[in-house]
Amino acid sequence: MALTDGSLPSIKGFLRTLSPVDQVGADARAAMLATRSIKTASKRWAIDMAISMIDLTTLEGADTEGKVKAICNKAIRPDPTDPTVPHVGAICVYNDMVSIARKHLDASGGHDIPVAAVSTAFPSGRASLEVKERDTKDAIANGATEIDMVIDRGAFLSGDLEKVYSEIVFIKSLCEGKAHLKVILETGELVTYDNVRKASFLAMAAGADFIKTSTGKVSPAATAPVVLVMLEAVRDFYQMTGQRIGVKPAGGIRTTKDAIKQLVLVKETAGEEWLNPELFRIGASALLNDLLMQRKKLTSGHYEGPNYVTLD
Amino acid sequence: MTFEYSSAPESKAIVKLDPVYKLYIGGKFVAPKSGKTFATINPATEEVLAKVGYAEKADVDKAVKAAQAGLKIWSKMAPSERGKYLYRIARIMQERAREFAVLETMDNGKPIRETRDIDIPLAAAHFFYHAGWADKLEHAGVGSNPKPYGVVGQIIPWNFPLLMLAWKIAPALATGNTVVLKPAETTPLTAMLFAQVCEQAELPAGVVNIVTGDGATGAAIVNHPDISKIAFTGSTDVGKLIARSVAGTNKGLTLELGGKGANIVFEDAPIDETVEGIVNGIFFNQGHVCCAGSRLLVQENIQDEVLEKLKRRMAQIRMGDPLDKNTDIGAINSKEQLKKITELANSGDEEGAMRFSPSCTIPGKGFWFPPTIFTGVTQAHRIASEEIFGPVLSVISFRTPQEAIEKANNTPFGLSAGIWTDKGSRILWTAKHLRAGVIWANTFNKFDPASPFGGYKESGWGREGGRHGLSAYLKGAK
Amino acid sequence: MANSTPRLDVKKTYKLFIGGAFPRSESGRTYEVKSAKGVFIANPSLASRKDLRDAVVAARAAHSGWSSATAFNRGQILYRIAEMMEGRTSQFIDEIVALEGVTPAAAKKQVEQAIDLWVWYSGWCDKIGAIYGSTNAVSGSYYNFTIPESLGVVATFAPAKQSLLGAVQALAPILAGGNTAILIASEKFPLPAISLSEVIGTSDVPGGVVNILTGSSAELAPWIGSHMDIDGVDASGLNKAQEKELRIAGADNLKRIHTFKESASPQRVLSFMENKTVWHPIGV
Repeated sequence: MALTDGSLPSIKGFLRTLSPVDQVGADARAAMLATRSIKTASKRWAIDMAISMIDLTTLEGADTEGKVKAICNKAIRPDPTDPTVPHVGAICVYNDMVSIARKHLDASGGHDIPVAAVSTAFPSGRASLEVKERDTKDAIANGATEIDMVIDRGAFLSGDLEKVYSEIVFIKSLCEGKAHLKVILETGELVTYDNVRKASFLAMAAGADFIKTSTGKVSPAATAPVVLVMLEAVRDFYQMTGQRIGVKPAGGIRTTKDAIKQLVLVKETAGEEWLNPELFRIGASALLNDLLMQRKKLTSGHYEGPNYVTLD
Repeated sequence: MTFEYSSAPESKAIVKLDPVYKLYIGGKFVAPKSGKTFATINPATEEVLAKVGYAEKADVDKAVKAAQAGLKIWSKMAPSERGKYLYRIARIMQERAREFAVLETMDNGKPIRETRDIDIPLAAAHFFYHAGWADKLEHAGVGSNPKPYGVVGQIIPWNFPLLMLAWKIAPALATGNTVVLKPAETTPLTAMLFAQVCEQAELPAGVVNIVTGDGATGAAIVNHPDISKIAFTGSTDVGKLIARSVAGTNKGLTLELGGKGANIVFEDAPIDETVEGIVNGIFFNQGHVCCAGSRLLVQENIQDEVLEKLKRRMAQIRMGDPLDKNTDIGAINSKEQLKKITELANSGDEEGAMRFSPSCTIPGKGFWFPPTIFTGVTQAHRIASEEIFGPVLSVISFRTPQEAIEKANNTPFGLSAGIWTDKGSRILWTAKHLRAGVIWANTFNKFDPASPFGGYKESGWGREGGRHGLSAYLKGAK
Repeated sequence: MANSTPRLDVKKTYKLFIGGAFPRSESGRTYEVKSAKGVFIANPSLASRKDLRDAVVAARAAHSGWSSATAFNRGQILYRIAEMMEGRTSQFIDEIVALEGVTPAAAKKQVEQAIDLWVWYSGWCDKIGAIYGSTNAVSGSYYNFTIPESLGVVATFAPAKQSLLGAVQALAPILAGGNTAILIASEKFPLPAISLSEVIGTSDVPGGVVNILTGSSAELAPWIGSHMDIDGVDASGLNKAQEKELRIAGADNLKRIHTFKESASPQRVLSFMENKTVWHPIGV
């Protein structure tokens, strides 16, 4: 049974059943969870888990073939000196870099690393549906098996929820059987946690496989309370439908400490089932090197310097 | 491999325990006249931490005399200078905050996360806040020429040992009174550390006097003819005894007593934050909180959802070593209190309420009680009306706002209440009709030196904190 | 009607004032009140503990409406009492002169002071919260305010002397704070208080907000002290020994018991109010 038939009254009616979010309370909960302290043995596990959850990302106007190939290499062997380091969760690039990434990964032993394409006129989403359709089809045709689409925030904020919903349903239909759909809410533009919660449910009801916080182009991005609210949403959606939806924070997660805090949020909010790359991803670039440095420190017992990890 | 939190115990090395703590009278550490001592233990391990002097009437007499001597200096001192002493105390408490936090956790059993983040910073904040009042007393609301009472006798409980000390001593000193304070029998150590802070702050002798002991020591303070005001925090029964004792004397009296706070959840509440608020309302400080939200009044049409989320959340509560930074619930403060909680919880079973506790490991030593909720509770149950002072929540449903108010107010207590709803006008309507001194709307168990705290009805007399609390230490035109 | 017989005065029966009605004591008891010169004036009721019980029930029932009336409305009603008293000035003067044995000038001054005191307390109704409430600058994202609100049912013993002024100073501040009251009139000089009840009965004061009992303070005080549905007591009209006993009994439900010296003081209002502090997060 669908949660909504996609008409505006039906969507509104569905979203109205959601409980509101108190901002101060959510902030306080996220801050409290940030004080949890992790066992050393668990820390090693958490670092490896975090590495395997990374959507290693480059989304620059200055991206080149060379740059994309370099991060693909890094994705396959994050630490060339240590083969026990797992590969990352995925590579995340712009549409025109998808085939370069796919081919390079396949040629370098990274068959099992998916390529995610940011799609639907990323990051603003300000384009016609035809363009978004073409963008998505193009990415899939070039080998993307994960589509990171953006929602129409303008439509959301102006109350045109039908448009937001139907676009997700449409893009999902293009992905069906070929790619996982991650729906980017761009929480920094939605501003309130109430909006984050509503947009999360809207995306999930429309068929998102993942809900993702941000494009990385807007600040604030993946703050701990926003991730908390989205994790609560996937937990509640699971209670409602029996279906587990993934969460992907992206933007602003740069240190091992940040990443471990994210894992604590996952464990305490959605539960241990979500502690795997199928249901939790972290969109990041610089984070990987910090995780590698901390991992070395756990092995060697002394603090590492940035010159001892590779700079891609 | 799983993802586990470490046992991350805060180091005890920062605390240097003395084998015996003497009384602090007239700026000196002096042995009680009788030479008697009693032991204070760590309720999480039952190990003896130290021996503490047992003050009797002769020692209280001596402390009152010292306080009278101190009053001559203190009440005549320029108010701005008095304030500066309080600022000094606040600063030293901040400097030694970790030491205080660890010692408090050892002596009380509450988690280090709470002593570190709440008890100790708030205690220091109370001194900061009141320091600034010392030279502004004509604005305290009791007329243009307010006067201190003189020597104030203060008796504090074991649930927030240092924080309650700060609530008592800071306003008393700011207003020019001197004090004789008795910490609780089971938690005297941070008060003795505070005496060291007074020394470091070079506070004039006799301004603060601390006598450790039990109920008899407290009675000697209450009945002392040269004490002009009593301030007491503790049980309602003892509060009534004190009220009778001071009847017919000219002593001032303020009381902070028991409670049975209603935490009211309406259907449009922000559920996830509400569940956090319920947890914080009843499991904060093992439920050893007079203003705990010990009665959950939940609108019947969302009861199932709230309870399901609450139970799931309770399963994540971590009970254990109070010094572990990941611990949420520490030890019950004493064997006696554990017995009382156990007895009242058993009455809930006997009277037909349904008990739920998440599975948790109870340490082999010390005093422990798991987080517990009772559903199917009605107003007639003992657990719905008596103060349990432990981590035990009684869940009662209601259908309309009027019914919620009737049930919430249907108690001799009137200390605190909580309101959870997204609707502003309903918050104000509910707050207006609740007969309670502190109302938390969409939050719970928040404290601040600027915020008056205290109860209606049998929850006490007067307020502590803010201008209202300050004025309770001043005599003005009436 | 052309008859040379002098007209006989129609004398007033002085009764209790409970729940807006003027009953006699359920006990049927009265006591004799004489003038300062020893001449019989009236047989007012000697109120019993059951009359007190009824008065508390009436006061409790009236509290919700009176305390939730707007402060402006309460102020208007207290001012109305002053207006109605003004019209009865000569009656009050006569009663005071006869009872207290003071000069008409002194009696007039007392009546005028009593009327003006209603006016003074009338003006406090909508200001007490502004002056004695507060918004509190707490350290965190919370809006926090404290407001004084009514305590509930307050019993008050009028001082023995200056019977009218004493009754007004015992009543007005309690009413200004939104409480309902039970006044125990001056035992020796009860009549002005009873006449005051007649004024109150015609001044838009809802029934039960004010209840006035005449009789023995010593007899009623212990019942007041131990009554579990009385929230506060102004014991200014009691002697020290009675006050002590009242305080001991009053500890059973922790009644707020106060005595006062000044007739016009905001502390009289505040002493029978409770401060309520409300917290709310500030967020979007």
